[in-house]
Amino acid sequence: MSAPTLLAVEDLSKRFGGFVALEAVNFSVAEGERVGLIGPNGSGKSTLVNCLCGTLQNETGTVRFAGQAIDGLPAHRRVRLGIARSFQLPRPFATLSVGDNLRIPLLYAVDARTGVRHSKAEIDARCGELLSLMGLADKAARPPLELSQVEMRKLELARAIAAEPKLLIADEAMAGLSPSEVDDILALLVRLNERGITIILIEHIMRAVMSFSERVLVLVAGRKIADARPEDVVRDPEVTRAYLGE
Amino acid sequence: MGNGTFVLAAAVAGAAVFGLSLLIHNEYFFFAGYVVLQYIVLATAWNILGGYTGYVNFGTAAFFAMGAYSSVVLYKLVSLPLPVLMVVGGAISGIVGFGTGYLTLRLRGVYFAIATLALAVVVQTLIVNWDFVGGARGAYIMRPAQVPLFGNYIQYLFLVMLVLAVVALVTARTIERSRLGYGFSAIRDDELAAEAFGVPTLRLKLLATTLSGALMGMAGAPLPYYVTYLDPASGFNLAYAVNSIAMPLIGGTTTWVGPLIGAVLLGTIQQVATVTISSAANLLIVGLLLVGFVIVAPNGIVGLFEQHWRARRA
Repeated sequence: MSAPTLLAVEDLSKRFGGFVALEAVNFSVAEGERVGLIGPNGSGKSTLVNCLCGTLQNETGTVRFAGQAIDGLPAHRRVRLGIARSFQLPRPFATLSVGDNLRIPLLYAVDARTGVRHSKAEIDARCGELLSLMGLADKAARPPLELSQVEMRKLELARAIAAEPKLLIADEAMAGLSPSEVDDILALLVRLNERGITIILIEHIMRAVMSFSERVLVLVAGRKIADARPEDVVRDPEVTRAYLGE
Repeated sequence: MGNGTFVLAAAVAGAAVFGLSLLIHNEYFFFAGYVVLQYIVLATAWNILGGYTGYVNFGTAAFFAMGAYSSVVLYKLVSLPLPVLMVVGGAISGIVGFGTGYLTLRLRGVYFAIATLALAVVVQTLIVNWDFVGGARGAYIMRPAQVPLFGNYIQYLFLVMLVLAVVALVTARTIERSRLGYGFSAIRDDELAAEAFGVPTLRLKLLATTLSGALMGMAGAPLPYYVTYLDPASGFNLAYAVNSIAMPLIGGTTTWVGPLIGAVLLGTIQQVATVTISSAANLLIVGLLLVGFVIVAPNGIVGLFEQHWRARRA
């Protein structure tokens, strides 16, 4: 692989009491890559995302981002370094308007990273831009709880994009969407990737993962069992067994 | 309205209140007015942590009484002007606020509230057993009968608390419209998501507990000079904790106006009730109003107006 490594995960393990959620997971993601992460329910996908983003801390192993070990850093420091995520179940700031929801990462992730305090007008403009991109412009002043399920997912993604990440982790951004809406989000993610953002996509919709990813990781019961091109992964007997049984 | 304009407007409003009060020659007005102003400070301080950041503090009385007792200690040691006592009281309560925050902010929701309630009990126990400040017997403060420039001491106390109320309201409003205010709101709505989008939640929460505690301490510092006899039962009175929660809830917790409206309304009703019915009726009135508001206007008076305004616009 020619592009430099952006994210390197080495021997990462996480346990909850006696339950081993992740066991010695190893993988790396190159700059600009599109990686899919799949696995059955409870296989540790979200735990892995939480360990990458600092919401949870891994007990053993190392996570390196852009060459720097980031273990032990709290989540707000990691998003400032450039790792942003969307939540599997949307978690909007309920009392802030849709537009103000985007203001949080702009004020606290982007400004803190660049050291530039943007003016209110600049931040307003950026919020407007992002909302138009996601087709939410007419909802800017509304509370997020008035949004539909689809719009809520879009807001969740917009908020992650607002953090101007180097690495975007989209945790089931398309759950519950119709096929055409899935295509919309996919097209958007591809556009973001073309602009140089590395993307890890966690998804149950196989069509989306297969068409989007250059490489697919498969987690089963906390272990990585496959790491290959999408067409090879679907033919992997171990993956088939994990999903369909013997 | 910009922050500068608001500071000016608040100062003018404060000056107007004081100017009008000079036309009143009844000393009781100043005694009652002082209490209402003190509640504006306490309600605003409570709201910075409780309303903006979403952490319910049941320990207002502890922070308030620490300010009051720091004045008692200083009174016994040295002779200092009242504004200095307020700064010291504010600093002590602010430090304790920081410490409490550091120890308890891993607790969320109702557990944080219980911890602050426990703090009030612990501090009261310490004071009751501290002979230097009078212990359970209480302490007497001899206040000067006259103050240069002001004459009457109660008028002076009224003015000092009025200035503090203006400072508290300006602080709250400035926070509300700042980057800090957005950070506080994000924590209140979803702490985990706030942290994930760059908000340094621990630091902001410590800032909120410190600021809130400091303002409560400053409000408490003149108390010994107001009552002239301070005992733990009055310094740690349940009414302070209950009122400083009820006032923002009744007024509305999302803006600086809410605690102001709540404190003026509830504080005035209580003062009137004390004279016309009995002082024992105060907490009963608060309780009934709170029940009423939770049912009719869960977002307080400000919420009621916003709702009305939105309905008319739609």
